[in-house]
Amino acid sequence: MNKLLLNRNQTQRLGFALLTVMAAITVLPIILVVFYVISQGGAAISWEFLSGFPRDGMRQGGILPALVGTLALTVGTAIFSVPLGVAAAVYLAEYAPENGLTRLIRIAIINLAGIPSVVYGLFGLGLFVLFLKFGTSILSASLTLSIMTLPVIISTAEEALRAVPQAFRTVSISLGATRWQTIRRIVLPEALPGILTGIILGLERAAGETAPILFTGAAFFLPRLPNSPFDATMALPYHLFVISTQVPEMPFQIQYGTALVLIVFVLGMNLIATIIRSQARARRQW
Amino acid sequence: MTEKIQIEHLTLQYADGAESLRDISLNVRENAITVLFGPAGGGKSSLLRCLNRLNDLADVKTVSGKILLDGENILDPQTDVIALRRKVGMVFARPVVLPFSIYGNLTYGLEVMGEKRKLRLDEAVERSLRQAALWDEVKERLDDPAIALSGGQQQRLCLARALALEPEVILLDEPTSGLDPISTGKVEASLQELKKNYTILLAPHSVQQAARVADYAAFFLQGELVEFGEGKTLFTTPRQKRTEDYVTGRFG
Repeated sequence: MNKLLLNRNQTQRLGFALLTVMAAITVLPIILVVFYVISQGGAAISWEFLSGFPRDGMRQGGILPALVGTLALTVGTAIFSVPLGVAAAVYLAEYAPENGLTRLIRIAIINLAGIPSVVYGLFGLGLFVLFLKFGTSILSASLTLSIMTLPVIISTAEEALRAVPQAFRTVSISLGATRWQTIRRIVLPEALPGILTGIILGLERAAGETAPILFTGAAFFLPRLPNSPFDATMALPYHLFVISTQVPEMPFQIQYGTALVLIVFVLGMNLIATIIRSQARARRQW
Repeated sequence: MTEKIQIEHLTLQYADGAESLRDISLNVRENAITVLFGPAGGGKSSLLRCLNRLNDLADVKTVSGKILLDGENILDPQTDVIALRRKVGMVFARPVVLPFSIYGNLTYGLEVMGEKRKLRLDEAVERSLRQAALWDEVKERLDDPAIALSGGQQQRLCLARALALEPEVILLDEPTSGLDPISTGKVEASLQELKKNYTILLAPHSVQQAARVADYAAFFLQGELVEFGEGKTLFTTPRQKRTEDYVTGRFG
């Protein structure tokens, strides 16, 4: 048709080249972010920084309380969201009949995932901090983060369960197993890598969030480690927010050092998820 | 010979209107191979899946009539389906090995019933593998993943897995449809051996196979039982025109 321009092979090559470039561009931000944070904050990282308490209005010293706090919040979130989320996913994937109730549950989950995180924060303040009188505490913050994490865990776990071939279930039932035995012995073990991936991705988001813990458990500054679930705690994302906006004459090395620790924490969890997934894929035989 | 299963006026309809059964009455003899054959969609699979109540998993709209196994109506809602499935084993068209070792596949059914004694499990594994003519090929590698076996071996493993539960009836739904002629021959030879102790119902994957193995044969067409009789007679001198047309390859 247009002999002067390109023939269809050349058009195809041009198209693929464009697509490749576009795909490569999506990788760029993460590389730039990581590289920039390392170059700016790498020098701040030391044993003293990781294991020390903040001093001099947080302008010096370490981030230990924030690091421990984030760990505590992540573990707390896991304690509530994992059993609940996996149980809900098993119900939805294996037992739920197609009826009004199930549809309602699904709609609720989808909408839960779309709620802005600051709204979770306000909700947590109302329900856990004030109404249930858990106070501004690790418990309240963990519960708030759990609600935010649930939809991620439920939907990835449900997908992982549904990916287990139906034939396994039929065969198991035909061999005299009950439905629960089938789930317990075949479906859950086969779906486990996918479920774990979802759990880690969900917790990773929880670890990096600021808004939900803002009103429910995060402390501006706490010169000691929390010693009970009813204690408030410092946390990496909130600490980063504080030292970036609330403290005048803050050495930016500390800011970027804190950001680096947070990124490593989150990417580290991501890496674990990736390893679990790829190992499972290599082992999987269907 | 006694009648192991009596099917009386069995009618079945799925919710989506798919393949169904219309007023089937049929007696299945003990220690014989009864073949259910006919074109796809005739109701063979549906009937097999009624016999171990596997249809409970499907969306069944209506089911009526009776299926008497040793005189007991297994369609009764009070039936202990777990016990029923132990008594009535099944082998599917595509070999589905569970994601365990060879050994684990064979002991699964016993383990879910609570059998933990190693000796009993070992015995069941060896006996069932010998019955399915697979023992010599796998005895050295029982702990290997079952998926590593060839297709033919996998299907014989599935047969052995059903036999490990010491059932009384074995249902086979086109068990050789994915197999090469040599593997098919091995499975058929096993069946001839097995029928001495079991009641076998087989949906064959071809008319030729039906004719080869049938002691008794039932011809199904669109959910209807057209003709039932001894294999020898039915394949040589069918009474019904439709059976004759199908057996001689005029349609299907």
